This record gives sequence, C-alpha cells and structure tokens, in this order.
Amino acid sequence: MARADRPVSGRQAWWLLATALAASAPLVQQVPLWLALVAACAFAWRAALTWRQWHLPPRWLLVLLVMAGTVGVFLQYRSIMGRTPGIALLVVFLALKLLELRAARDAVATALLCYFLVLGQFLFTQTIATALLAGLTVLITTATLLAASDDRPQPQQQLRRAALLLAQAMPFMLLLFVLFPRVQGPLWGLPQDRFSAVSGLSDTMAPGTIAQLSQSDAIAFRVRFEGAVPAQSQLYWRGPVMPAFDGRSWRVAQTRGAYPAVPYAGSGTPVDYEVTLEPHGKFWLFALEMPATLPADSALTVDYQPIARQAVRNRMRYTQSAWPEAIAGERESPAMLRAALALPDGGNPRTRAVGAAWRAQHGEDGAAILAAAQSLFNQQLLIYTLNPPLLGPDMVDEFLFDTKRGFCEHFAAAFVFSLRSAGVPARVVAGYQGGEVNPVDGYLEVRQYDAHAWAEAWIAGRGWVRVDPTAISAPSRINSNLAAAIPAGEGLPFLARAAWLKDLRHRLDAVTNGWNQWVLGYNPQRQRDLLASLGMSAPDWRSMTAVLSVLCGAVMLGLTAWILRNRLRVDPALAAWRRFTRRLARRGIAWQPWEGPLAFAERAAALAPLHAAGIREIAALYVRLRYGPAPQGSDLERLKRRIAGFRP
Amino acid sequence: MLAVLRHRMHETFVRWALRVRPPEPAPIVLTQRRVYVLPTRAGLAYATALGVILLGAMNYNLSLGHALVFLLAGLGVVTILHTFRNLALLEIRPGRCEPVFVGDVARFTLVLKSQRPDTRTSLRLFVNADAPIEVDVGPQASTLATLGVAATKRGWLPMPRATIETTWPLGLVRAWSYAVPDLNCLVYPAPAATAPPLPWGGEAARGSTRDGRGADDFSGLRKHQVADAPRHVAWKAVARQQDGPLLTKLFSGASAQQIWLDWNTLPDAIACEQRLSILARWMLDADAAGLAWGLRLPALQLAPDNGPEQLAAGLRALALYRDGKG
Repeated sequence: MARADRPVSGRQAWWLLATALAASAPLVQQVPLWLALVAACAFAWRAALTWRQWHLPPRWLLVLLVMAGTVGVFLQYRSIMGRTPGIALLVVFLALKLLELRAARDAVATALLCYFLVLGQFLFTQTIATALLAGLTVLITTATLLAASDDRPQPQQQLRRAALLLAQAMPFMLLLFVLFPRVQGPLWGLPQDRFSAVSGLSDTMAPGTIAQLSQSDAIAFRVRFEGAVPAQSQLYWRGPVMPAFDGRSWRVAQTRGAYPAVPYAGSGTPVDYEVTLEPHGKFWLFALEMPATLPADSALTVDYQPIARQAVRNRMRYTQSAWPEAIAGERESPAMLRAALALPDGGNPRTRAVGAAWRAQHGEDGAAILAAAQSLFNQQLLIYTLNPPLLGPDMVDEFLFDTKRGFCEHFAAAFVFSLRSAGVPARVVAGYQGGEVNPVDGYLEVRQYDAHAWAEAWIAGRGWVRVDPTAISAPSRINSNLAAAIPAGEGLPFLARAAWLKDLRHRLDAVTNGWNQWVLGYNPQRQRDLLASLGMSAPDWRSMTAVLSVLCGAVMLGLTAWILRNRLRVDPALAAWRRFTRRLARRGIAWQPWEGPLAFAERAAALAPLHAAGIREIAALYVRLRYGPAPQGSDLERLKRRIAGFRP
Repeated sequence: MLAVLRHRMHETFVRWALRVRPPEPAPIVLTQRRVYVLPTRAGLAYATALGVILLGAMNYNLSLGHALVFLLAGLGVVTILHTFRNLALLEIRPGRCEPVFVGDVARFTLVLKSQRPDTRTSLRLFVNADAPIEVDVGPQASTLATLGVAATKRGWLPMPRATIETTWPLGLVRAWSYAVPDLNCLVYPAPAATAPPLPWGGEAARGSTRDGRGADDFSGLRKHQVADAPRHVAWKAVARQQDGPLLTKLFSGASAQQIWLDWNTLPDAIACEQRLSILARWMLDADAAGLAWGLRLPALQLAPDNGPEQLAAGLRALALYRDGKG
C-alpha cells in the first residue's frame, strides 16, 4: 500500500524517539552499561538526524551495527536466549531501528518493539509504580501510532486522543483480565533465569547469616488467619531444619525422605491460615509449628519441613493449618537420632565438659539435661545483640563463656551443641518468628528481620520439643519483636523503630498486599475462587469464555452506540412530515420527490377534499417550521399533534 | 494467473458490495452496511505481537503482562470502531466536472459532506490505487475532492468506481467503501497537431480576405502550419526570436470574420476521428483568431458565431459525433 511507504516526517520521528526513550529508560539498570551507552548514542544520533535533517545512515552500516550489537550481547551473557539477553537484544534492535526510519511501516515496527520492552520491564518488577510507568509508556506509544497516521495535531491533542482510546479500551482490559481463562505457567522450560538473588534464609547457618537478614525490612511472606491471630510467642514459622554441623556452620540434611502426608497425630485446636509467600528461589515453604496439613504439590521432609515440588520462583499462595500442641516424632528412627547427636571431632572443650558433667549427673533423663542447659543459659547472662564480636574456632565456648554476646544463631548453635555433647539429640531450626499485623488490612506481615533460629531437642516420650534459647536471654524478642529486644543505638531497619513511619508504611504495605493478592496473584486458582464467589458454578474455560464473549459483546455494543451516537439526526419536523406523507401514500396519494410541500398539499387536498383543510394546515405548519424565519417550538408540537390526529 | 483470479474475485466482491447498479443516485450515503473493515498489514503485525506478548506473560506468569495484552487488545477493538466511524455515514455528492480533450486528465470533483460534530480525518479517495488523494472533512462541513482519470476516448466519460478508505486513527485497521457517483466528463477529440489551414473561401464565406491585405487589421500570430501562405509568415517576429518556430500573421476584419468549418470540405481519405481532430483544431484556431465560425457536420449545423459558448457547443458536437457506420 502506498501509504506505508510514505516517508517518516520530522514530527513522527520525534514521537518515535520519545516512545523509544520511555520504553527503554526503565530498563537501564537491567542492561549492561556499554549497551545503555550505545542506546543513548543511537538516540542522540536520531535526534541529530531529525534536528539537522541529515541523511539516514546507509543500510550496510546499520546491518553491521546490529551484528556488532548481537555479538556484544552474546559475549556479555554467553547466550542470546533467555530473559536478560533477550531484553538486551530488543534494546539493540530498537536503538538501531530508530536510525532507519524510512517509511511509515518502520514507525509501526518501532511501536511494537516498545510494547515488547514494556513486557520485558515486567520480568524484573511488577510493582504499582512499574504499572503506572508502563501505562505512561503505552500512552506515549499509542500517541505515536496516532501521529504515524496523522502528524498534524499538537502533541497534547495526540496524547488526549490516545488517552481517550485507552480509556475506551479499559473495560475490555478489565473483563479480559478477570475472565480470560488463566493458564499456570511456565508453558515451556525456559524461565530458569526468572529468579535471581533475593534475600532470605539459606540452607546453611553460620554466625552472622541471620543477623544479616535483620537489616532487611523486605516482606518474606504475609499470612491471613481464619480465626484470631495466635499469641506472638506462638508464631514460630518453621523453615529449613539443620541437623548437620561441621564445626562452624549448620546445614540441612543432604538426603532426606519425605512424607506425602503429616505423619503425627493431631492434638489441640488447629489454626487455619493462608500464606502468600514472596519468591525466594528455594524449595521450602514456611509453616506455623507444627504443620497439620500440606499445601498442594508439596511434601513434608522427615524433619517436618514442608517443601514444594518446585522452587518458589513466583509469589505463591497456599492454605495450611497447624497444630500448635502436636507431638511429633515420638517414635523417631535411630538413624535420625544418630544424626541429631553427631558432633565434629574436637573443638569447644569447655562446652563438651559441661555436657559430659550433665550426662554424668542425669544419665538418660533428657528432660533434666534440657532443664540444666536452660539454667546454664540463664546464669550466663548472655546478651542478645545485632553486633556480636567475631568468634574464633571454638565459637560455642567463646560465646558461652567469654564474649557472651550473640544473635539468635549463636544462641541456637550453642544450645544444640551443648545438648548434643550431653547425649541429647538436638537440631537447629531456622525460620521466622513473630510478624506484625497490618492494622489496615489485617494481614500478618513477616519480614526478613523476623528471621530467627531456634533449637529442637528430642526427649523420649515427648518427641521433638521446641526450645528457643534466645527467649531465655531476651524474652522480649519473642514476646514483642526485634526492636524491643535490641539495645537502643544498634542499627536496625528504620521501619522497625519510628512509629509514625510505621503507620505510613502499614498503609503502603496494605495497598501493595492488595495489589499482590488481586492483580499479581490473580492466578487460575484465584480466578476460579472469585468466579465461584460471584455465582458462577464450576467455572471452567468454557463457561468463562462464554461469559467473556457475552460481556465483551455488550461492551462493544455500548461503545458502538456511543461512538455512532450522532448519526444522521433527522429533523423532528421532517420526521413528522414523513409520517404524514406515508399515511397519505397508503390512501394512494404519494408524495413525489420533486413536489414542494405546498404543491403536494394542494394536489392532496384536491384528491381528498374531505381532509383538505387539515392537509393545508399541516403543510403550512411544516413549511413554516422548515423554511420560515425563527421556527417556534410550539409550532412543532402543533404539527406533531395535527399529524397524530390526521386520519385520512 | 493468481493475479487474474484475485482481480476477478475482487470485482465480484465489489459488485456485490455496491448493491445498486452504478451510477448511484445522489446523495450517496456510506451506510454501515456498505463500509467494510479489515486489519491492515500493520494490524496483523500488531495482532501477532499481542499473541507473542500473551505467550510470554503466560510463561513467566506475569500478571501485568496479561494486563498489557488485554489493554492492547481492547485498544485494537476500539480502533476498529473509530476507524469505522471515521467513514460511516459520510455523504458523497457529485460535483463539477469540466470537459477535457482526449489525452488530458478528466477531473471529477466530489462533494464530501459530514453530519458529524467532529472532523473526519485522513480520508483517502482514489480511482487508481497508485494516486490516492487525502482529505479531511470538517465538523458538519463539506469538502471537495477531485479525482483525476486519464481521458482516452472522446465522448462521455462516466466516473469510474471510486474507493474511499481510511486507516485513521492507529493505522491498524482499514475501513473502506465503494461509490460510483453519477458524474460524467465530456471528452473532446484531441485537436490535431497538424491540420490543413483554416478553410477560407468555403462557399459560404462572404468576401475573401484570405491574403490579409486591405483594410483588415492585424490581429495576432500563431504557429506556422505547413499549408500557410509564405507571405503570411511574420518574418520580423521570427527574426526577433532565437530558434523559434515560424509564425503566421493572422488578420481580422469585419468582412473576414466568418468562416465555415465543414466536415465535407476535408478530403474523403481522412478518417472520421482524424476529421474530428482537424475540426477541433480549426475551432480552436478560429476562436483564438476571434473569427465567427460555423460548423457543418453530416447531421448537425451550427450557425457562425464566436465566443466561449460557441466553442463549447462546437467541441461538444464533435465529442458526441456519432459516425454513421457505428
């Protein structure tokens, strides 16, 4: 088509430059620096081309540049597939496409590239701010498409028109968003790179690993309880269980079996809740102790830790319940107990000596040894601090008897070590403790600074018993929160202290949570739940498509009616006159197109002498209304009445 | 082969689409039923891009990616309506069409009228897709659009089928319609490039001043033709210009103004169309010289006169001349 070959005008070139900038600016952090600079140069070159009306660079040069860019991306990532290299390539193409804007079709291609880049932005972040920014980019891109087909209007006019078009597209978006049958990705095995480093618990625990997390106020997960929120001191969110110790760090067991269902009997009232877990890239899920049910597609390891079948790479929502008083592991296998007693050769002689003394005093009585350990921790007046001193090779000894300052991982590690040295099976459990209820939406928010480590000891007849040695020295850590337990002056995330800021943050978090739950977390499950709650019985893709089609059709009709609202509006006098002539035509007196109204009236009066007066009056009224000076409103009413009463 | 088939299918579609047998009575209103909408190539690319974005959004579970696709899909639907609306219910009336000579371009003027309270932007009209013209029609206003068609045959040239299309606002869909307004262009025979001299001294010419002497005034110059008398060549004028053509002096005088341009004075060997061309040339020359001329055709006679009406009547007679044979 001739139109697509029309050269791109200066104004259109500016629009395209603006779109390209808007689409690629948010990705600056994601692409390598050299690429950002190349893109900036290309944009500047484009601006100069338009400003100075230079000639476009020759095609061979562009081909060369595209090849160079592709090779550069390949060298950077060792691949041109996947998320980041793909986006880097798109940026290369977009930047160089701007330098070969020859015809209108290049403008359309550029706009489409920009839409792809908006999608690329969502791969990295999907916050409300991103959505707003993306909305702005789409607005500019749409205005650019408008300018590509008619570049005369001013930029404000183009933007206004684009906004109008997008506003009209909004109902379709909402309907499609709610009703378009969702598919749970991934569709193919590509997105291994979807997840990149996110802070959170790891599968090893060395001194300092959890203290590091306490500096982050990022949300780890949110919980909505069916009933009342349990007491703060009961909120132990079980994460990775670490029975293996190498003298410095604790880690999860290498090979573990898994139970498909909970292996212990329930007791007490179950607590039902729903967790919205932020992606952390590991397999484990967090459950209130002790887990009573398992989320779909998950299993329970032999040390009672729920793990998902796939690593948690997307925000994930699951419902669960807990038995706070359940007795787990009453009949533990000897292998497990052996693993929970293993100690490295040598090291920490003082603690070992204490353990041996307990063993000598209490023998096989695990409960008594546990009580002795607790009283030792109590006597030692240990200090809970975010800034513990560095420890040497015998770190349990140094912590317990010399420095006496530590964070929860020191407490847990020392406690488990002392129990093991006295012959009581014990292990470290990492996870989160506590959380804070957001008063705005009632969700319990568990943040990274709530990360915690505690101990679990196996006592004959009672199974695995949770012991939190931190609670012995810093009960406020468990009963209220971190800020209460840490001496003033130590570095804490800002949020953990200032109250007014906390309130503001609560509101923002509630909005973010709503966004996460309803926009980002709108998955097949949530879609089914929502539609079922709206009264759709057994929503499947068929019924969804049917409802979607009907509603979209209705919106389409409404929009069509609105868009075509001012079609040929017939003058009411003419409409009335047509009614009149139709009535006469039925009597065989047809109005001929060439006849004036008065001439027709005379002819009709002659043919129907009975109605002559009525016909003449109607014609006179009509002529006055249509052709007379300043027609009167009352005349129209009169004409309508006369015609309504006219029965030839 | 494929092109022929495509062309034939297109013609069948157009015949069906027009519904009335052309030419259509005025005013032609492009009602909803005769405005067609299909995506353009850009629109197809847009749809494909949306499909790819949707796949990406599904694969990476990007809720905002879904929202983006759905917004753009909505935009696509909305733009169909806007493009359709840009064309629908436009009124087309035939306008003027001045006569032209064979070989010139016949210019058909159409009056486009919009009842809408806002502008119809970027309507493209064409008879031949290679040379579209683009017009806007203001709110409740009329715009003239002139379409050119090469005139190749004398006589009435009916306006061919015109296509009116628009891809405004986003260029993703194209709405179009066909119209055959009742508009005809009168095409005069092309004046012969070389013609015998004006037939002075036909039997009805009163007085003979063909030598240009006597009381008659010099009235102007024209390009020399082979048959002009050498003594009428304006040698001085020719000498003044460099390499110019020979010029012949023309004379006017009361007694010299009337000549008859007669079909029958031309030799029998000259074919019909050639005769008409020569007559057309004579008329133009006689008119330029300000002569009163009359025309005799086998079935028609125009009394001697001069002026634009006489010229128009004469040329019209030539344009519409029907050869006895066919």
